[in-house]
Amino acid sequence: MDPAQFFAASRLVIVAGKGGVGKTTVSATIARAAAKRGLTSLIVEVEGKSALAAMYGKPVFSYDEVTLAEADPDRGVAEVRARTLTPDEALVEYLESAGMNRISRRLMSSGALDMVSTAVPGIRDILVLGKVKQLERAATADLLVLDAPAAGHAISFLESASGLADAVRLGPINTQARDVLELLADPARCQVVLVTLPEETPVNELVETAYQLEDRVSVSLGPVVVNGYYPALTGLNADPTNAAIEAGTSLRPGERKSLLAAAQFRRERMALQREQVARLADALPLPQLRLPYLFDAELGPDQLDLLASSLLTGIDGLDAAPTPEGQP
Amino acid sequence: MSATSPGLAELVLERKIMICSGSGGVGKTTTAAVLAMEAAQRGRRAVVVTIDPAKRLADALGLDGIGNQPKRIDGPWPGELWAVMLDTKSTFDDLVTRYSTEPEQSERILANRFYKNISGALSGTQEYMAMEKLYDLHADEGFDLVVVDTPPSRNALDFLEAPKRLTRFLDHRLYRVLMAPTRGVMKAVNVAAQAFIRSVSKVVGGEVFDDAIAFFQAFDGMEQGFKERAELVLDLLTSPATAFVLVASPNRDTVAEARFFAEKLAEADIPVAALVVNRMHPHFTKALPESLRARAETLAGTDLGGLYRNLADFALVADREEGHLAGLAEQVAPAPVIRVPFLQTDVHDLTGLGLVGDHLFGRA
Repeated sequence: MDPAQFFAASRLVIVAGKGGVGKTTVSATIARAAAKRGLTSLIVEVEGKSALAAMYGKPVFSYDEVTLAEADPDRGVAEVRARTLTPDEALVEYLESAGMNRISRRLMSSGALDMVSTAVPGIRDILVLGKVKQLERAATADLLVLDAPAAGHAISFLESASGLADAVRLGPINTQARDVLELLADPARCQVVLVTLPEETPVNELVETAYQLEDRVSVSLGPVVVNGYYPALTGLNADPTNAAIEAGTSLRPGERKSLLAAAQFRRERMALQREQVARLADALPLPQLRLPYLFDAELGPDQLDLLASSLLTGIDGLDAAPTPEGQP
Repeated sequence: MSATSPGLAELVLERKIMICSGSGGVGKTTTAAVLAMEAAQRGRRAVVVTIDPAKRLADALGLDGIGNQPKRIDGPWPGELWAVMLDTKSTFDDLVTRYSTEPEQSERILANRFYKNISGALSGTQEYMAMEKLYDLHADEGFDLVVVDTPPSRNALDFLEAPKRLTRFLDHRLYRVLMAPTRGVMKAVNVAAQAFIRSVSKVVGGEVFDDAIAFFQAFDGMEQGFKERAELVLDLLTSPATAFVLVASPNRDTVAEARFFAEKLAEADIPVAALVVNRMHPHFTKALPESLRARAETLAGTDLGGLYRNLADFALVADREEGHLAGLAEQVAPAPVIRVPFLQTDVHDLTGLGLVGDHLFGRA
């Protein structure tokens, strides 16, 4: 599939997955990949404290929008922006836009949101999603990437709209909830990208999340991203001594053992990963995109570029090979 | 892993409560279950409270999600091993029933919609109930050790704050305002407050507020019992009978979370008793990653080049992981640091727990 076509499928991409699988990395990668194809993107964070800014080599940001990567028009690269959405600030903004300036400050300062959100669970989520919807409507970027809360919470987060539309039958909250429901249900406006690691428990949890999202939130699921997939390497099956003879060199003392042990470890991990992605493909009829495990160093702008290229290659291959390996 | 870790073994033998904390996905539940199993192997009667175990591990522990009572797990140990999966709502219901002055009061509360939201959705409720369950089991003569796995909280120390949270909630002046309409004397003072409530109800709907008011009315008089209980729980958490075990994995993000967590514990004057680091990559070589990589590059295209490249990859990972851990280990010193290697399969049975135990207690 042409990446341009892929990114044009919906303006909003919600990235969701269990804690520790690399949701933020994937959000950053999707935005970077879109930017490389000339599409401006805005990453929306809801949990704060994330490593996103560091990945782009920038200082930590908050509610106000920042530019994470500048546009480079000569090379056809668009900019990447980011912001954090918090329920408190979204509420103030919302009340002010609804003409309730006076009470909005008091609500904040009295900590009343705590109480209101207890009375009406999901209200924090709908405030954030309502703001996302507003950004989507305003077409503030070609692509909006929402780094959603961790899996269990992601379902209740996305479910908040239907819950609230039922619980609060009238008034602005109801309108807000209905608008968000409409957005979530429209595959031309929104899709969810689920992230996992090629390991047993994360795969199980992704499959469970996918079915729950399908059952409880009628949202369209995009490709699944498998993060941390070991890249292929030649020579892993070779005997080090023979390989040294072939290469016309000799091994240093003790190296044979290290080379063998490391190669065996990698082969075993790769076999397990293959098993898990095959299991994922069996359990879930969604295309898979794989991001390589980076042995390199910390995730910085260079590594992000590498991941973005790898994602684009993966998207390119989606049409040609819609079913992952291990599948007929 | 050849280093023994007498520290952790002593904790399992001597403490009455162990709390495993750390960010999501680092293996807290598994670690908690292993600690309880080890205690049983050393002759103690141990119970593990899990919050949201992965399904296969829950099955292995015989937890089918029904009931809020510990179930005994049979095994070849001299002590006893029990497990319970936290049911937030029924734990809260029990608490309400306990502190009600009369049966009608608890019935009114349990049926109230606002209460149902609090017991299910108020942030911090799960943490609060985990601590409540812990207190309850600790008081039970049948157990020598309670091991608890904390919820994957966004705010690392929610669970320490949790017992205070509801009582603070009840003390909030806004709730006093909500209660005002029923307390005639305050009515006049609260004209502004009434206007405020009207505006808020316009946003969220009036019935929501009626529920809230009914809840606070029903709750009236029970705050004291809750407050006293919350203080007892907090005392227990900060007593020398309790050990906090920090669980992490050696990635930048999870180590940063663990450091934040350790900092908060230090602020509360609570020492970290042990640091467990799961999913460590093995060290295959003492050679420098740079020299291995240089060798891989000169040999590029050959099998040997691939083999060196692979060794360089893992040498880099091992260096990076140790680099992340160094600061954390220093921060929690003198707590022992126990490294558990990347295991080839996920832990979902008692054999798997035993294997992790071998690593945790220096037998591997």
